[in-house]
Amino acid sequence: MSEHTHNPKAEAALYLKTLIALLILTGITVGASYIHFGSGAANVVVALTIATIKATLVALIFMHLLHDKPVNGLIAAAGFVFLGLFLMFTLIDFDSRQDYQPRNMPAVVAPPTSTAPAPAAEHK
Amino acid sequence: MSTSTVDLQHDPHGEHPDDPHHQHHFTTMEQQFDTSKIGMWLFLATEVLLFGGLFVGFGMMQARFPEEFKEAHEHLQRPLGALNTVVLLFSSWTMVMGVLSARTNQRKKLVIYLMITILCACIFLGVKYFEYSHKIEEGLLPGHYYTHHGDKIPNTHGYATFFSFYFMMTGLHGIHILVGIGLLWWIAVRGNRGEFNSSYYTPVDLVGLYWHLVDLIWIYLFPLYYLIS
Repeated sequence: MSEHTHNPKAEAALYLKTLIALLILTGITVGASYIHFGSGAANVVVALTIATIKATLVALIFMHLLHDKPVNGLIAAAGFVFLGLFLMFTLIDFDSRQDYQPRNMPAVVAPPTSTAPAPAAEHK
Repeated sequence: MSTSTVDLQHDPHGEHPDDPHHQHHFTTMEQQFDTSKIGMWLFLATEVLLFGGLFVGFGMMQARFPEEFKEAHEHLQRPLGALNTVVLLFSSWTMVMGVLSARTNQRKKLVIYLMITILCACIFLGVKYFEYSHKIEEGLLPGHYYTHHGDKIPNTHGYATFFSFYFMMTGLHGIHILVGIGLLWWIAVRGNRGEFNSSYYTPVDLVGLYWHLVDLIWIYLFPLYYLIS
């Protein structure tokens, strides 16, 4: 059941190194959040990239996926692939809804009152 | 590692005197362990999708109310978020050391590591309690409960949406921590009774996987809520 029981000492050392790496990455991501990388989107990309590195370390080492049976990794990957699909199609949908995006929305003070009569007037 | 290659020809109903935990419908202990593990991973995949839906929704609302979300982020205290991240990462390490202890027949160490993990979980929830009560006092609440004053944009809809997501996602994560404490306690009690050893430690391993997933979700929640502004 355990493929790497042969050397618990080495395993414990690996876990400790992983913890240190995770803590250092946390420090980096907090530090990076105080730096402005050109745009808000750039900061998001930096933060999420570091988060993904940390998540990968946790999954591969703490959750043993590195030395585990491949099927477990496949199931984990499938979860994320489907999440990616979900996110992608939602983004495409959002992008196509011009009226829903903030730059196209009227200043939200009063709700718009006359939207219905417009199409009728166009057909003349 | 009692991979006693059981001969089904001579032992069709699996009377395996070597391990009381061995269920008769599994050929070997190894097969039994692997089967449980696949089940656990399937559950974890659904957990990823459960939180994933909330993350996607959060992303959409962030795109819809960029100004409000940016301002709302400022209400979250970065040091507290960072502290909780460190606490949770450390608890993940004690958890994995607990699993290693169970696998190497170190009963006392297993219980100690599990207790430290539970302690970290309690610290995490304590910090969350502090944060929540601060938000409640300031009226930074979901939906129409939002009563905070002094925001830049008069229409508070965007702010209220932000805090709906904040309480939903950190709350759901907090419930997972609570469930985790219960599970950790359960395996600590069993571990103390000496129920786990190198040939049977499946519950420890699976609770470990669950605990790491809770940590993994926080790894994403932390930058998205506390760091982006």
